[in-house]
Amino acid sequence: MAKTVNVWIDGHHLEVPDTMTIIEAADKYGINIPRLCYHPDLPPTANCGVCVVELAGSPTPKRACCTPVSEGMKISSNSKKLRAYRKTLVEMILSNHEVVCPTCAANNKCELQTLANNLGVDPDALPNILHKKPVDLSSPSIIRDVNKCIACGRCVTVCNEVQTVNALTFSDRGIEAHIDTAFSNGMATSPCVNCGQCTVYCPTGALREKSEIDQVWEAILDPEKHVVVQEAPAIRVSLAEEFGMELGTVTAKKMYAALRKIGFDAIMDTNFTADLTIMEEGTECVAKLKAGEKRPLITSCSPGWIKFMETYYPDLADCVSTAKSPMSMFGVLAKTYYAQEQGIDPAKIVSVAVMPCTAKKFEARRPELRDSGYQDTDYVLTTREFIRMIKEAGIDFKSIKEEEADEGMSFYTGAGTIFGATGGVMEAAIRSAYTLVTGEELEDIDIVGVRGLQGVKEATVNVPGFGDLRVAVAHGLGNARKVMDAVREGLATKGESPWHFIEIMACPGGCVGGGGQPYGNSMAMRARRGEGLYEEDRKLTYRKSHHNPEVKRIYERFLGAPNSELAHKLLHTHYFERSVSTGQVVKEATHKHH
Amino acid sequence: MYKEICSKYAPTKDNLIYILHEIQDTHPQHYISEEAVEAVSEYLKIPSNHIYGVLTFYTMYSTKPRGKNIIRLCESPPCYIKGSDNIMRKLRTELGVEEGGTTKDGLFTLELCACLGVCGNAPVMMINDDVYGDLTEEKVEEILEKVRRRK
Repeated sequence: MAKTVNVWIDGHHLEVPDTMTIIEAADKYGINIPRLCYHPDLPPTANCGVCVVELAGSPTPKRACCTPVSEGMKISSNSKKLRAYRKTLVEMILSNHEVVCPTCAANNKCELQTLANNLGVDPDALPNILHKKPVDLSSPSIIRDVNKCIACGRCVTVCNEVQTVNALTFSDRGIEAHIDTAFSNGMATSPCVNCGQCTVYCPTGALREKSEIDQVWEAILDPEKHVVVQEAPAIRVSLAEEFGMELGTVTAKKMYAALRKIGFDAIMDTNFTADLTIMEEGTECVAKLKAGEKRPLITSCSPGWIKFMETYYPDLADCVSTAKSPMSMFGVLAKTYYAQEQGIDPAKIVSVAVMPCTAKKFEARRPELRDSGYQDTDYVLTTREFIRMIKEAGIDFKSIKEEEADEGMSFYTGAGTIFGATGGVMEAAIRSAYTLVTGEELEDIDIVGVRGLQGVKEATVNVPGFGDLRVAVAHGLGNARKVMDAVREGLATKGESPWHFIEIMACPGGCVGGGGQPYGNSMAMRARRGEGLYEEDRKLTYRKSHHNPEVKRIYERFLGAPNSELAHKLLHTHYFERSVSTGQVVKEATHKHH
Repeated sequence: MYKEICSKYAPTKDNLIYILHEIQDTHPQHYISEEAVEAVSEYLKIPSNHIYGVLTFYTMYSTKPRGKNIIRLCESPPCYIKGSDNIMRKLRTELGVEEGGTTKDGLFTLELCACLGVCGNAPVMMINDDVYGDLTEEKVEEILEKVRRRK
């Protein structure tokens, strides 16, 4: 049991539980102790030493991030000695850092830059001793630039402990210590699933997405090309915070206006294919339920999760929905359905996806996702890259006049928009699966049991004619591992899965917490963005995917029915087994059936 | 081969160091390969990247193939004061390799190491399990010749 203790920081009296560290107590009361490697979402590693404080009666300063509070503790967070310590530490870090702030992807978001600025550090106080090492460009998703790395260890913690992906590690020791992949093979030859959580937690620009901005501008400025753009659900709720508006504000129509101003030829929306995914995946789920299937159905939207599953759970690949992700459904339809409807040569179409995700860049390059006869999705921009393009185009996002998207593949329901938050796909699927099973409409459509940031969420929904539908939702791959281990065990010992239907998202918080989201991400910010999407859902006229008029239209005019032969050919995929050491394909895990 | 070594030890994490040592000691090139790490990873259920972290933390392990004989010259202060850098220069010219390098004939790998605990005979080096002290440039030539002849 936690006891309440009295501590004093800089003379302020605080009452806090004795389970807290000094930095947690200070944060709770709004006292900002300078820090660098510490992040509130992650266990402290005590690598940098910037958060040192003085304790009455202690001869040496202590690190606030890993020193627990105790009764009567008198803490000083600011003194001549501490200021000198911190300055020296930051000067030493800068002396072994590639200081190229103006062009760095993390400029203005870099925690080292901010700290150096706040402390008034002279960047030339110590000579720069950096021995430049090659930048790891092997991954299609993530660039790892060890020259900007300060060895804080956040990426190692998030990769190994939060995500349990086990791609990054500390290598060597002492002055030689650095972060690496096993045998320095590079990210592309590691179990990295491209989730990009390392990029959002990196305090500097050492980890970032592989930018495709130049290729997208090239396409936009090419009069021969017809550039179609789609935006993931999470994008519309992640722009406001970057342009002086309140965190969690949904700005879908400003987003469309900005895309049009940048010069995209057709502004569509991934939310449309999110609704379509529900029709395909929901139908697949209902077929399984009706057949009394003992193995669960697991969602397939999250590309980080898919590669993780292929690496660590290929034996359960047959449980994963064959439905492509909303992005890839959009990609293939842009070059088939849309091309046909508009009378445009698909060879001239360039399909761009704006995603909160670094793993989508990997997904877009999967060789099996070429059912249109072309690479279905040509380029993927992360939220961060899109924001850079808005800024490059000189758009005043806050005051830009709202515009509508173009018609055809852009209409969406509340079910589509909540795909961006953990539990959203499950909730959307239940809203429609209920109707698919019973032929009736679900009245109380707010399935709050699957909302929120608990790591693994469970709910039971009574579906007349079927019985109790048991569902689980996991976000963050460490939580996915727990659920998958339970499924594996359930199947081995009892011959059935503990749940019928499971949603898994690779990133903590779901897509609003994606690896392509703005730097300076925290769980608190992810929660707020998620709430923004649920608010939008409440306000929309249509809140069930099967009510989407454009979805109905695509089935009438093009696909026939959910899970039809054409739907299977274009909208469904298959999976592989991958090496745990290198992430490379070993063999097919499931077959594409058509 | 790696599986065989692994199976001599219980599959618990504390055996990692011992297994790695045995793999390295029994390998003709005195190193731990990626394949070896994969086998150990599977046996102990420790991810490869963690094992790589351990391998690179301890200087006694090598992740690169090495020569038949491993020379470790001490670079700690007592040996340095007694001229270990001259010995290093001599070794480099005699062998034609830099620090960490392996001779073309695969006979020697040249490494630097921390204190070997025989400071009274500084400068000191080890070749495999044998210690050679009070080194001079002439002595280095003799020792290398002796080891070469041993093959």
